[in-house]
Amino acid sequence: MTGTSSTVTEKVRGRAAVRAVPARTAGPGRAAAWARRGPLMPALVFMVVVTQLPFVATLVISFTDWNALYPDRRGFTGLTNYADVFGDAGLRASVLTTVWLTAGVVLVSLVLGLGLALLLDRRFRGRGLVRTMLIAPFLLVPVASALLWKHALYNPEYGLFNGALSWLWQLFGSERPPQPDWITSMPLGAIGASLVWQWTPFMMLILLAGLQSRSTEAVEAARVDGANAWQVFRFLTLPHLRRYLELAALLGSVYVVQNFDAVFTLTSGGLGTANLPYTIYESFYKAHDYGRASAAGVVVVAGTIVVATLALRLVSTLLKEESS
Amino acid sequence: MSAVPVPGARGRRSASLWGLVAWAAALLFVLPIAWMVLTSLHSETDAATNPPSLGAGLTLDGYREFFGAATGASPWPALVNSLTASLVSTLLVLALAIPAAYALSIRPVRKWSDVLFFFLSTKMLPAVAGLLPVYLVAQNLGLLDNVWLMVLLYTSMNLPIAVWMMRSFLAEIPVAILEAAAIDGAGLPAVFRRIVIPVSAPGIAATSLICFIFSWNEMLFARVLTGVRSVTAPVFLTSFVTSQGLFLAKVCAAAVVVSLPVLVAGFAAQDRLVQGLSLGAVK
Repeated sequence: MTGTSSTVTEKVRGRAAVRAVPARTAGPGRAAAWARRGPLMPALVFMVVVTQLPFVATLVISFTDWNALYPDRRGFTGLTNYADVFGDAGLRASVLTTVWLTAGVVLVSLVLGLGLALLLDRRFRGRGLVRTMLIAPFLLVPVASALLWKHALYNPEYGLFNGALSWLWQLFGSERPPQPDWITSMPLGAIGASLVWQWTPFMMLILLAGLQSRSTEAVEAARVDGANAWQVFRFLTLPHLRRYLELAALLGSVYVVQNFDAVFTLTSGGLGTANLPYTIYESFYKAHDYGRASAAGVVVVAGTIVVATLALRLVSTLLKEESS
Repeated sequence: MSAVPVPGARGRRSASLWGLVAWAAALLFVLPIAWMVLTSLHSETDAATNPPSLGAGLTLDGYREFFGAATGASPWPALVNSLTASLVSTLLVLALAIPAAYALSIRPVRKWSDVLFFFLSTKMLPAVAGLLPVYLVAQNLGLLDNVWLMVLLYTSMNLPIAVWMMRSFLAEIPVAILEAAAIDGAGLPAVFRRIVIPVSAPGIAATSLICFIFSWNEMLFARVLTGVRSVTAPVFLTSFVTSQGLFLAKVCAAAVVVSLPVLVAGFAAQDRLVQGLSLGAVK
C-alpha cells in the first residue's frame, strides 16, 4: 500500500509543487510545516483515536479468555481463540457463506448494472426519469428494504410473489397455484436477491459514469470502418470500462462483505445464512464470548485486507490519472 | 454521448425499442417500492389477501398506527434520535473534513497521499471488528444508550468519505483565486470563509447529503449500543414487527416514513452520488 501511494506522490508532486510555491517562499522551517499540518490534525487525530485504538484493543482481547458471563476467568490464552475460530464448523461455514453471498451479489449486480448502464447511455424519451427510478432501490433504508422483501414480497401467505402466482394461475382458470416458501426453500438466494436489487443501482451509476467518460470519436471511427454493435462493445467499450468494472466490484465487495441488516432481518442468521458480521454480532451479543468474537473480528479484517489493498491500489491509479 | 445517430427507419425503431427495454427495467426495479407505498395505504385486512387486492380502498390507518394511534408508542423519539445523530455527525464531519481536505489538496502537507490512503483504509475495514472495544469503552465511560456516542461513531464512519470527496471538490478551485487571496494577505480563516466554502458549496452540499444518508441508515452499531432512550429509526423499525396479528400495512407505512428523508436527500444529491460512493474516484 505504501509502495503504491508513494509512486502516486512522485507523480502528483509536480502539480502540488506548483500550488505550493507561495507558501515555500513565505517561510521555510518547522513553523511553516506545522502551519500546513494544522488544518489536518483534528481530523487525523480523531480518526486514529476512534478507529485505530479499537482495532488494537480487538487484537489484544483476541488473545484473552474473556466471557462476560464468567468475569473471574479472565486471562491470557495465546492462540486458543483463533484455534476455536478455525476449529468451529459454524464459523468456517459463515466464512464460506460470506464469500458466496458477497461474490454472488457483486457478480449478478455488476452484470445487471452493466446492462442498465448501457441502456441508459443511449438517448431516449424520459431517460432522466428512468435513471431516477433505477436509483430508488439504493436509496431505501437497508432495514426497510429487508423488511419489505421479507414481509411484503416473500411472505408465503400474502407476499406479492405468491400473490402474483395465484393471479396468473387464476387467469388460466387453475385453482392450485404453486405457493413456495421463498425464504425457507432458498434462504441465501432470497437474501442475495434483495441485495442484488439494492446494489445494482450502485454498479449502474459507476459504470454509467465510466461510459460517459469515454470519447465518442473512437466509436464513430469504428462504426465508419464497419464495426457492428457487438464488436464496438467487445473491443472498445469493455476495455475502456475495465477499470470501472474493477472499481465497482471492489467497492461493492467492501460494502456487501459487511452486510448485517439483510441477514439479520430476513433469516436472523438461520438456515445457514449467518455471515461473518452476523456471527460476530451473535457471539458477542448472545454468547458474551468477548475473546472469541474478537478473534473472529481479526480474521475478518485479515480477509478484507486482501480486497481492500486491491481496491486502494485501483483508487490510487485513478488518482494518478486524474492529476497527471 | 455514445448513441451515435444511425440514419434510417430501422435504426430509429431499434433505438426506441431499447428505450422501451430501459423503461421496463426501471418499472421492474421500482415495483417493490410502489408496492410498499400502495400496501402502506391499505387496511391491514386488504394488505394480507392472496391474490393481492390492488383496487382496495385507500386509508391512512397504517400511518396512524405507526404514529402510535393504538399502542401509544410514538416513533418520534426514535426519529428525533436519528435526526440528531445524522445532522450533528454530518456537521462535525464537515468541520473536520474541510480543513483536512484543504491540507491535502490546496496546500498539501508532506506525504499527503499517504494520509489520504490512511483515511480510505479505515473505511475498507469491516466496522464489525471494532464493535466490541467500542462497546466496552462506552460501558466504562457510561456512554451506552447515549445518542452522543452515535454522533461520535457516525462521524468516524463518514469522515474518510467526506475527506476524499472534499479533496476532489477543493482540487477544482482555480489556483489563481487562492493566489490572489494570499497576495491580499488573507489568513487561513478568511480564505475559508471568503473562498473555499463559497466556491465549493455544491460539493459541500453533496458531501453532507451522503454523510446524512449513511448515518441515517446505520443499524448494527445502533442495535448494540442504543437501548431505550437513544434508539434510532432503523432499530425502531425492526422492533415494529410483531408475531401476532396483521402488521403488513403498518410495517410498510413505517418503512415509507423512515426511508423518506433518505430518498429526498438521495434524489437531491443524485448527480454527485457516484462521486461520493466511489470516494471521489469517479466523477
